Amino acid sequence: MSALAAPDAPPRWDERLRWTLSDASVIARTNLKHWVRNPAAVLNLTLYPIVMVVLFGYVLGSAMNVAGGGDYREFLMPGMFSQTMAMGVMTTMTVVSLQTARGVTDRYRSMPISRPGVVLGRAFADIVNSVLELLILLGCGLVAGWSWHRGIGDALAAVGLLLLLRFALIWVGIYLGLALTPEAASAAWLPLLPLTMLANTFVSPALLPGWLGAIAEWNPLSATVATCRMLFGNPGRQGDSWAAEHALTLAIGWPLLITLVFLPLSARRYRRLGG
Amino acid sequence: MNSYSIVAEGLGRRFGETRALDGFDLRVADGSVCALLGPNGAGKTTAVRVLTTLARPDSGRALVAGFDVARQPAEVRRRIGLAGQEAAVDEILTGRENLEMWGRLHHLRAAAARRRAGELLERFGLSEAADRRVRHYSGGMRRRLDLAAAFLQAPRVLFLDEPTTGLDPRSRTEVWRTVRGLADAGSTVLMTTQYLFEADQLARQIAVIDGGRVIADDTPERLKSLIGGDHLDLVVRDPARLGDAVAVLTGVAQAEPVADADARRLTAPVRDRVGALTTVVRELERRGIEVEDVSLRRPTLDEVFLSLTAEAAA
Repeated sequence: MSALAAPDAPPRWDERLRWTLSDASVIARTNLKHWVRNPAAVLNLTLYPIVMVVLFGYVLGSAMNVAGGGDYREFLMPGMFSQTMAMGVMTTMTVVSLQTARGVTDRYRSMPISRPGVVLGRAFADIVNSVLELLILLGCGLVAGWSWHRGIGDALAAVGLLLLLRFALIWVGIYLGLALTPEAASAAWLPLLPLTMLANTFVSPALLPGWLGAIAEWNPLSATVATCRMLFGNPGRQGDSWAAEHALTLAIGWPLLITLVFLPLSARRYRRLGG
Repeated sequence: MNSYSIVAEGLGRRFGETRALDGFDLRVADGSVCALLGPNGAGKTTAVRVLTTLARPDSGRALVAGFDVARQPAEVRRRIGLAGQEAAVDEILTGRENLEMWGRLHHLRAAAARRRAGELLERFGLSEAADRRVRHYSGGMRRRLDLAAAFLQAPRVLFLDEPTTGLDPRSRTEVWRTVRGLADAGSTVLMTTQYLFEADQLARQIAVIDGGRVIADDTPERLKSLIGGDHLDLVVRDPARLGDAVAVLTGVAQAEPVADADARRLTAPVRDRVGALTTVVRELERRGIEVEDVSLRRPTLDEVFLSLTAEAAA
């Protein structure tokens, strides 16, 4: 027993940093293991983009117009990339709420575990998951005739913006996951899905009724979509609202703002969980 | 080092209008097992959450393993283990992977975590199932795995919140054996339970909690003696002789015997256990009253609990 007894001196900062990284890697690897061992999740991840590209790109796409002209599938793909990143909040939320309901979060909190480590591990696993999702979707896009036209540097910048959005939504996912029961969390796609479509993801806001178009233009998701279209060199005319004209600023600003609000909120929620 | 692993003084904790804890006092000696016994909503889980640093108390203070739960939570966390009401096990991982993961999160190196996982699987009787996914474990096996995870750092103080809730009788017995083993290994154990029999089985100290405070705190024997002495039960063969048997029992009883005519059963509290039993058996034989059963018993903890909570309510 003595060999395992807790050391008496509090750990130094470099040791704490090492623990944070070690805890993060343990949690990230466990989460990835989950994902690999869950055939439903793997299938879901690979089939979902294919189904969506076929449905929207070909079934609905054949009746779609792009404001300002251009191929609809070229217009569509940046919207789908962004929507997939946004819906990724569901993954974070579901896992966190399940862990909280099952007492895993309480065990973390009752242990000498590094709290930033828990969150970093979660974030890393989610980002890896989203990168894979994005790669599959990019592949589907290429098969469907989408491509980037402005060089690899701009294309990578667009991917960076997509992952920035996903990163910001990790904090929203953690916050909601701690607040909601697993049942409520799994029902959250219902309000979420329309929110991701009430944007410029599938249709140009210019083609929507005026008030709806205004909402769509200011939707944080629209900033990412519009900037990605620009960086990939895909079609899609911008509106003339302030939001549409400053899409790049907002595509960076919104995720930073979301992080700034939800990171402290989720940290506070974690600390005070159940009083 | 003090001789108490848990000291709680006047702990209070409200949730809105509800006082989940209301002047909660408790002392648990090093290396002992204490059962916190009470009905749903009595404050058992809140007490465990405050003592394990999961919730902050509004008032009062608590020391666990010598450290203040509100002011030195990090020190407390390095010395405790917690098994909550839900088995916090990972269904997708194997039993071994679960323990290795918790070991790494307790900052053991990979090799040490592997070794510790092996030891714990052995000790908790899970060696054979070690490499199966937890999804295929029975309820009792999950609980034992959860207890093993709580025991990972060989904590000074172990908190078990209703460790047998939802288990079938066989799994419950398995968990009891495990809890006894943990106490034998030197950990102080605070467990909560709604089962009076369970508290009696495992703990040498029972704290009865109601309305967020401890209303009685003693050994099982003393708690039982609080509501009177032993009871003598007897069952007569011939219902017609019940009246005669009452006369016999009245001679040694401290109070009027209670008769259940349908079951042909008589019960009365007696003071001198063996003396009373001998007298009764001899008298029954002399008068030719045949009996099917004669027994001496302690009052059940259910009787203790009801009488204590009724007293507290009065």
